[in-house]
Amino acid sequence: MTTTKSFADEASASPNTPIVMLEEIGKSYGSIHAIRGVSLSVRQGEITCVLGDNGAGKSTLIKIIAGLHDYTSGRMSVNGEERHFSSPRESLDSGIATVYQDLALAPLMSVWRNFFLGNELTKGPFRQLDSATMKRIAQEELAKMGISIPNLEQPVGKLSGGQRQCVAIARAIHFGAKVLILDEPTAALGVNQSGVVLKYVVKARDAGIGVIFITHNPHHAYLVGNHFVVLKLGRVALDTHRSEITLEQLTTEMAGGSELEALSHELRDIDAEVVVDTAVEEDRT
Amino acid sequence: MASTITSPASADDRVSSRSIGARLLSRPEIGSLVGAAVILVFFLIAAPPFRDINNTGTILYQAALIGVMAVPVSLLMIGGEFDLSAGVAVTTSGLTAGIFAYQLSLNVWVGLIVALALSLAIGAFNGWLLMRTGLPSFLVTLGTFFILQGLNIAVTRLTSGAVASNSISDMDGFSSAKAVFASEFKLGGVTIKIIVVWWIVFVAIAAWVLLRTQIGNWIFAVGGDAAAARAVGVPVKKVKIGLFMAVGFFAWFAGMQLLFVQNGVVQSGEGVGKEFLFIIAAVVGGCLLTGGYGSVVGGAVGALIFGMVQLGVVYAGWNADWFKTFLGVMLLLATIVNLVVRRQAEAR
Repeated sequence: MTTTKSFADEASASPNTPIVMLEEIGKSYGSIHAIRGVSLSVRQGEITCVLGDNGAGKSTLIKIIAGLHDYTSGRMSVNGEERHFSSPRESLDSGIATVYQDLALAPLMSVWRNFFLGNELTKGPFRQLDSATMKRIAQEELAKMGISIPNLEQPVGKLSGGQRQCVAIARAIHFGAKVLILDEPTAALGVNQSGVVLKYVVKARDAGIGVIFITHNPHHAYLVGNHFVVLKLGRVALDTHRSEITLEQLTTEMAGGSELEALSHELRDIDAEVVVDTAVEEDRT
Repeated sequence: MASTITSPASADDRVSSRSIGARLLSRPEIGSLVGAAVILVFFLIAAPPFRDINNTGTILYQAALIGVMAVPVSLLMIGGEFDLSAGVAVTTSGLTAGIFAYQLSLNVWVGLIVALALSLAIGAFNGWLLMRTGLPSFLVTLGTFFILQGLNIAVTRLTSGAVASNSISDMDGFSSAKAVFASEFKLGGVTIKIIVVWWIVFVAIAAWVLLRTQIGNWIFAVGGDAAAARAVGVPVKKVKIGLFMAVGFFAWFAGMQLLFVQNGVVQSGEGVGKEFLFIIAAVVGGCLLTGGYGSVVGGAVGALIFGMVQLGVVYAGWNADWFKTFLGVMLLLATIVNLVVRRQAEAR
């Protein structure tokens, strides 16, 4: 793959140039503009958090970078070169790996088969699967991330949500991802499991990978992010570096700022007495 | 396999290692193997001719007639689709080879090659239309089923004036082709039809492809979760179209067997309803109707059960009218056994 090679060369030469850069990207489905004028850059060893409510255009954005959709306006450059991906394979070959919300793991297939899906190792003249090597590598890679799955033959569907996320992330890193897109990796997880996943996100960053972390949880974003982009109705509402924003500001921005304030007043008017009453009741008992 | 990795200190001790028994039980074909054993013992007791070694060849032949097509149908089902046109496609292939060679007075082998091209094209068309429209394979192949069924009868009547194709038994290449597709030989006093040998070869190759090659891994993946497979770079369209073309190839093979075993004549109405027998064999063999799980060996065992029941009913001296009822009961039992076994295996 020539693209991958030249990409790796340049990335090692200048670590702080953006690997992926979006300039004024737009995507329309007929008369519906899913996203408009979104600019974003991903650098090596940095975590760029993309925040937004449901329907803000987060999914459309990652689908463009992951090669599932093409964009209709603006410019996307990967490693300084303008690109239009026509398939996820092209995106992968450029070093961009995506870990989807639904994980892109086949639930009935075993852990090691999933780990190598699409990149199977073969040996011999008949290109037979080298299952022993694949199992060994999968075990090693998972162990590196501190994940212990005793039986790699068990179907992925039997793993916990956190374990599945970690398998998907470990797989992306093993296959030489330079950019890792994580689509709401903590959305369906409990507190402990979210912590585990966030640790792997940081590990990926420390390994020199540029991470795009999609989430609607500002707390999780602020724990790990270097750069924050908030999307609202398909446009960028906020684009700032970590040093220029506090968690409170981010939370407010994310939650809709003034809109939330209005909502809280409204709710207080309706429910204030009920809430107070309940509290009083509880105090008495 | 012996692992050289020492497990991390924080190893999760809630998971105990699985016994060999549990691993065996988690194989998809285990339910059908148990079923086959039960049926074998049952008919050995209930039907005296069943014990005659000479009848083994006949039972295997019955099984192979379904089994050859159960190979690609199992693969296709694991790949998440199914093909209702598979039964009539066999007849279409046999008719094409016969009519083409007869009408143009060509060597029989030329007719065979034309039939092969057509069968692969039908498979490719099914797959392409499916991927192009996104319709369920049930609808797409139901359409092809009726198209082919109509064509089989209409074209045969147009060319031969009857409901069967003209015999090609006296044409060049017939005997050599018959030797390949429909001959028989003696093995220790048992007459073995050549298609039984082909069947075993096909099952072995397909099982190897499914479990030990990249293509096999992709078949499981496109059936288990097509979107996930696509996202990691598996060429979903190519795999699915390829599976339908595999059905086409095997339909051609079964069609040639049909042509040469009947001395070069094919009845144009044949094959209707066979598609369900292929599907039954695959499902009895442990293939999940929704895709992503199953085995080729299971499909073969399913076909073997079919052969044993079909002849067992006759050998036991029962009225053969009951065969279909028996088959239906078998199908339900097998699916229930599969369900229970899989839940048991997953729980360990």
